[in-house]
Amino acid sequence: MQNYQEMILTLKSYWAERGCILQEPFDVEVGAGTMCPETFLRVLGPEPYRVAYVQPSRRPADGRYGENPNRLYKHMQLQVILKPAPENVIEQYLGSLEAIGIDLHKHDLKLEEDNWESPTLGAWGIGWQVMLDGLEITQFTYFQQCGGVDLELVPAELTYGLERLAAFQQNVSSVYDIQWNESWNYKEIRFSDEQQYSVYNFEKASIDFLWKEFDLHENECARLIDEYRSTKSTKEQTRFPLLAAYDHVLKCSNLFNTLDSRGAISVTERVGVIARVRTLAVGVAQSWLDQQAVITEVSAT
Amino acid sequence: MKTAEFLLEIGTEEIPDWMINNALKDLERLFRQSLEKHSLDTAVSYRTEGTPRRLVLVVENLAECQPERQETITGPPREVAFDDTGNPTKAGLGFVRRAGIDISELETNDDGRVSITRQITGRLTSEILAEIIPEIIVSIHFPKTMYWTGKSGPRFIRPIRWLVALYNGIVIPFELAGITAGTVSYGHRRLASKKIEVSSFDDLRDKLQQSYVILSGDERRKKIESEILTLMPDQLRVRTNPRLLAILVNITEYPTPILGNFEKSYLTLPEEVLETVMEHHQKYFAVEDKDGCLQPKFVAVANLDNDSGDIVRQGNERVLRARFNDAQFFWDADQKRPLVNRAEDLRTVTFQAQLGSYFDKTERNQKIAVGLAQALSLPNEEIRHISRAVELAKCDLTTELVGEFPELQGVVGGLYAKHQGEPLEVADAIYDHYRPSGVKDEIPRSRIGQLAAIADKLDTLGGLFRLNMIPTGSKDPFALRRAAYGIIRILVEGNLALSLPELCAMASANENTAALEEFFVERLRYYLREVRGYRQDEIQAVLNASSQQPLEVVARAEAIAAVRSTEDFELIAVGFKRISNILRQIDNLDDFSARVIDEKLIEKGAEGVLFEQFRALSPRVASLKDSGHYQEALILIASLRPVVDSFFNDVMVLTEDEIVRNNRLTLLAQLKKEFSTIADFSEIVRSND
Repeated sequence: MQNYQEMILTLKSYWAERGCILQEPFDVEVGAGTMCPETFLRVLGPEPYRVAYVQPSRRPADGRYGENPNRLYKHMQLQVILKPAPENVIEQYLGSLEAIGIDLHKHDLKLEEDNWESPTLGAWGIGWQVMLDGLEITQFTYFQQCGGVDLELVPAELTYGLERLAAFQQNVSSVYDIQWNESWNYKEIRFSDEQQYSVYNFEKASIDFLWKEFDLHENECARLIDEYRSTKSTKEQTRFPLLAAYDHVLKCSNLFNTLDSRGAISVTERVGVIARVRTLAVGVAQSWLDQQAVITEVSAT
Repeated sequence: MKTAEFLLEIGTEEIPDWMINNALKDLERLFRQSLEKHSLDTAVSYRTEGTPRRLVLVVENLAECQPERQETITGPPREVAFDDTGNPTKAGLGFVRRAGIDISELETNDDGRVSITRQITGRLTSEILAEIIPEIIVSIHFPKTMYWTGKSGPRFIRPIRWLVALYNGIVIPFELAGITAGTVSYGHRRLASKKIEVSSFDDLRDKLQQSYVILSGDERRKKIESEILTLMPDQLRVRTNPRLLAILVNITEYPTPILGNFEKSYLTLPEEVLETVMEHHQKYFAVEDKDGCLQPKFVAVANLDNDSGDIVRQGNERVLRARFNDAQFFWDADQKRPLVNRAEDLRTVTFQAQLGSYFDKTERNQKIAVGLAQALSLPNEEIRHISRAVELAKCDLTTELVGEFPELQGVVGGLYAKHQGEPLEVADAIYDHYRPSGVKDEIPRSRIGQLAAIADKLDTLGGLFRLNMIPTGSKDPFALRRAAYGIIRILVEGNLALSLPELCAMASANENTAALEEFFVERLRYYLREVRGYRQDEIQAVLNASSQQPLEVVARAEAIAAVRSTEDFELIAVGFKRISNILRQIDNLDDFSARVIDEKLIEKGAEGVLFEQFRALSPRVASLKDSGHYQEALILIASLRPVVDSFFNDVMVLTEDEIVRNNRLTLLAQLKKEFSTIADFSEIVRSND
């Protein structure tokens, strides 16, 4: 039986063999692999792309101080983007499960309707949750829209829940019992993380500080979007730091989640704050599309 | 004419279970329409079957080509087409040229126009099929569709991956979404990976069966049902759940039930939680004994041929254990803060941006609920219970268990209230206050629960109407129709004599109060029609009389339906219609009914008899109506039938003498007014005998 890191290595090489770029985790905190620029921005526009990466995903409100066997503040996703989705995308996906040793002749696997939607990112898609013997192991989505824009090529997004998959494979009932490698288990490596961030997110985070930080990132992002929009020179447009602007969107999103878990977002604020983050996300997405078009145009002439 | 079988299989990725049957119906409907249009529908029969990965249509006895038919083209009048000397004019020659015929073939039709009739040979069916199929496939209605070949590509529920289209065993050539129709199908995704060559429907069905796909939904259902029976230990059975069964039938191609167990200790969790986890989240059947007691067992239905290695059973058992553990964990965690301490927390839970938090909503709900209780003059103790139930009703929204199982909101609150020592009446009311949540759901069991439910729904309706967020067409994001319909049902089935104006006045819908009342009347109309099954004219008749109090409206409708078949009833309706028609010709109708009948002007004979009868019956009808004896009152009114008939036979209403005429109109107007308070008879349409 494979341990946790062997399973990850197997999945990564499986997708590398199918033309995926192997990326490393994105270095800004995110709530899901979808939010990384490697997904959010790359799915836009007419260029094909294939990428796979493990993304630690932070969900402050899901933290349980390391005491719940199935809930984590930070869990690992394997994110695979195939743009455009190949015709045999489901068969390829099933092949990845076989690769880590799941004999699909002996297990029950169902694709159950589950359409993904993220109002914060102005994004949605059609798809399923993949159920293996009653356990949800993957979210499978054909993206339709991102940043409020209809996608030209339809990508398939596969998001594997790595802890669940490993717990299933290793036949353990708590994620903390997952064997990470031969000598270490998940608890030894991640418990403090879970405990301390739960304490921070639920008890100690300074609300005042988080709000200030939120405002700063928001202003910086909005300023950059505005500046891009008023940039006339093609040369300046092509080198404009929209990727840096997007980092600030992610910062805002994570700060919002932390403030939320801290119980700091009041009734009247909540909807408004989500709208603020969406405005930034959509603003960057649209500018990015514009910039890509300019770059294509410049390189054509 | 030779006929043959047409077979279409649309191979797709997994279609959501609940859409499959409707898609099949729509596929058949579209084909029916199209074949009719092409005159290919003679003697054909249709059959559809589906699984998550395929929609199959078979048309039997489909003719090889369209029937031959005559076509007549009509041209200008003969005198225009030919001049006086009998030679064709320009117009005549033009027609002949356009029709592509010789001048000698021209005929003249009955209207004096030149025309040509000719035989048209029918087109080949296979040709027509190739044209219509792609159009039909993309026209199948699905609630939500996607594109997958690119932004301008076709839309369907999920990507189409193969197409089989055979007429008489021969491929109908067409292309859709980059796929060429052919003879190749595919079996079970995991158990049979080889391509299947098919030549007919029977061939497809048999080869799929060998490839672990049971094409027929009925057969999949039978397999599930019969194998469950063999699995079940003595004295045990699965808890009936037709909805779950329907889902499982359409989420599998080769369903195999598997019996699993869980630790007895989880049976201490509330049954509602166990059931929700098993049936809703995991799609398992719950197992009970012959007394209906839940057992520590479940039945999962795998999309697999067998589980001889017990792998699937063990996997599902592990998942269920984890979910029950979670539920137990949440239940225990939630007890640390009783409901009553959570009331303040509701300030952080948004109800609707402009309508504030659930804390605000709770305050409003309470005002309405107590107001309703007072309107019904309920005893003080009951009012206190209502107030307490409403105060705690939303507090479960901040619990972990509801966070995990949102569908159990209300239920969890009720269970916690009971556990935390609230009076049973209060706990039950909290438990029930979202009811009825669907057409088949029961209304709250107690009057306390009923008023709590009405208050909650009424506040939602009032608030959103106030904000002008009134449902239009298919858009009803806050499920306001369901809320209003729920209130109607509670009023009627809970026997609550509350009027719609009274309710709407409490709803604070401001300038949209009238619109809200109208909205309720529409739901009441729906209820009378769809649930009670009254006829359109009966419904209109009772609503015209008054639509204020649903309980009483339904009683009046019931009375009409009961007496409708009696001899005089529909005939008196004819008389009332005549009265209405006459009165409609006079502008100032209200004036007449308000005037005083001058007895001295009443003629002896038919008019006199009608007047006497009216005077005699009027108080009796009124008192029967007031005491709710609608049937008796209606029978009494219907007994006027012969008198009304002879009045119209013998008396001229619109006579020359204005004073007499006005007096007669006054008599009719008053008669109509007095006797239309149960139902407006003039709406009743005579049944065809």
